[in-house]
Amino acid sequence: MAYIAMATGFLLILIGFYGALTNRNLLRMIVAFTIANSGVNIVIIAIGYMHGRTAPILDSVVPVAEAANRIIDPVPQALVLTAIVIGVGVTALMLAFAYKLYERKGTLDIAKFTELKW
Amino acid sequence: MIKRFIALALLVGVGLIFTTLMMTYEPDANLNLTAHYYAEHTANDVGSANIVTAILVTYRGLDTLGEVTVLFLASSIIGLVLSLGKKQNKTLRNLVPVGELLTTGSLYLAPIIVLLGVYVFVNGHLTPGGGFPGGAIIASSMLLLLLSDPLKHFSHGLISFVESISGFVYVALGVLGIVMAGSFLDNRILPLGQFGELISAGAIPLIYSLIGLKVGAEFSSMLANLSEMEDL
Amino acid sequence: MSTFMLVMTVVLCIAILVAAIVSIQVKGDKSMPIAILAAGLVSLLASVLFLILASPDVAMTEAAIGGGLSTFLFFFVLARMRSGEQAGHERSGVKHD
Repeated sequence: MAYIAMATGFLLILIGFYGALTNRNLLRMIVAFTIANSGVNIVIIAIGYMHGRTAPILDSVVPVAEAANRIIDPVPQALVLTAIVIGVGVTALMLAFAYKLYERKGTLDIAKFTELKW
Repeated sequence: MIKRFIALALLVGVGLIFTTLMMTYEPDANLNLTAHYYAEHTANDVGSANIVTAILVTYRGLDTLGEVTVLFLASSIIGLVLSLGKKQNKTLRNLVPVGELLTTGSLYLAPIIVLLGVYVFVNGHLTPGGGFPGGAIIASSMLLLLLSDPLKHFSHGLISFVESISGFVYVALGVLGIVMAGSFLDNRILPLGQFGELISAGAIPLIYSLIGLKVGAEFSSMLANLSEMEDL
Repeated sequence: MSTFMLVMTVVLCIAILVAAIVSIQVKGDKSMPIAILAAGLVSLLASVLFLILASPDVAMTEAAIGGGLSTFLFFFVLARMRSGEQAGHERSGVKHD
């Protein structure tokens, strides 16, 4: 089951990059980056999954004494929690810059922003 | 056409790397050393039932401080970028009047959603959840109020006051950990208490509540800034 | 029980990939809201996938943040750019600051 989820995550990263490389509208590039972000999170969680074990919370199902045999790896979950929040912060920042660019130029087509070309 | 072909060739190359990574991956049979240590020692040393919470707040608390800093940076940059060049007099948009159901319903629902968010981050050490989804739920109640009344003006002073006070007390608790208990952001400055109760696991409920309030205030300020932009 | 989980994982993964392809490839006049909503659908289905992979913390966070806040950020910005949906659509009279 971890293989299926990992393959989905990798395919999502590739689809997101394809969308970011071939679209010309700024907002659609940002949407493609959001999809690639979700793909990366799926891959990291799929690495930490072990077959036949359950979530890392100690309650009546997983007593404290046999916790090391019954839970999956908790470290990738902590990493992904951070990554999701930072991903949405970066998306909001990209959207604010896209708005400012549209205000200045009047268009969202990336091929028309030519001031940095020599 | 050439550009699309180059993009496809690049993606095929990256896809080959991913396939190689997947072929050589085999899942572990037992926990690795770090996870084994966390599984064995969380209940005795930290006292929290949710191991992911214990990792985020005490074992790797410095990473959480870095994440809170990055969110603060993002929200203040958004506020700065969107306020440059703002015209002084806002043109009043003529909007379609929102229906009675949405207005009354949102006034009833917003405090309940805030209550759910507070419940999620206060019980962060016992059940799944914690500060980050709790803060996001609080921000979504602000979003509901914004949707029902698009000209609503949030007081930016109150939001930034809550955010600054939470961040300052969070760092002050960390320094208090050095003084009183042993390391930065240690949770043993308060007594560990009984495993599984609400008031337990030392300073973890306090720290997570502060993180939840700070994240909620930051997302709300992002939403308020984005909704107060001008119409072009 | 295990085959049920396996079947559900496969169905979810196929739905995620279809939604992602729809979000990238949709063209036309009203295509921008469809693309944004499809990206929100990817986040929502990924949250259910996280629950099947035994991570309830991550599932809650992704559902609240990815499904709700990110989609609405896009719609706020889209509503302020009324004519910017088609690539290359120019407004008359570009503002100079």
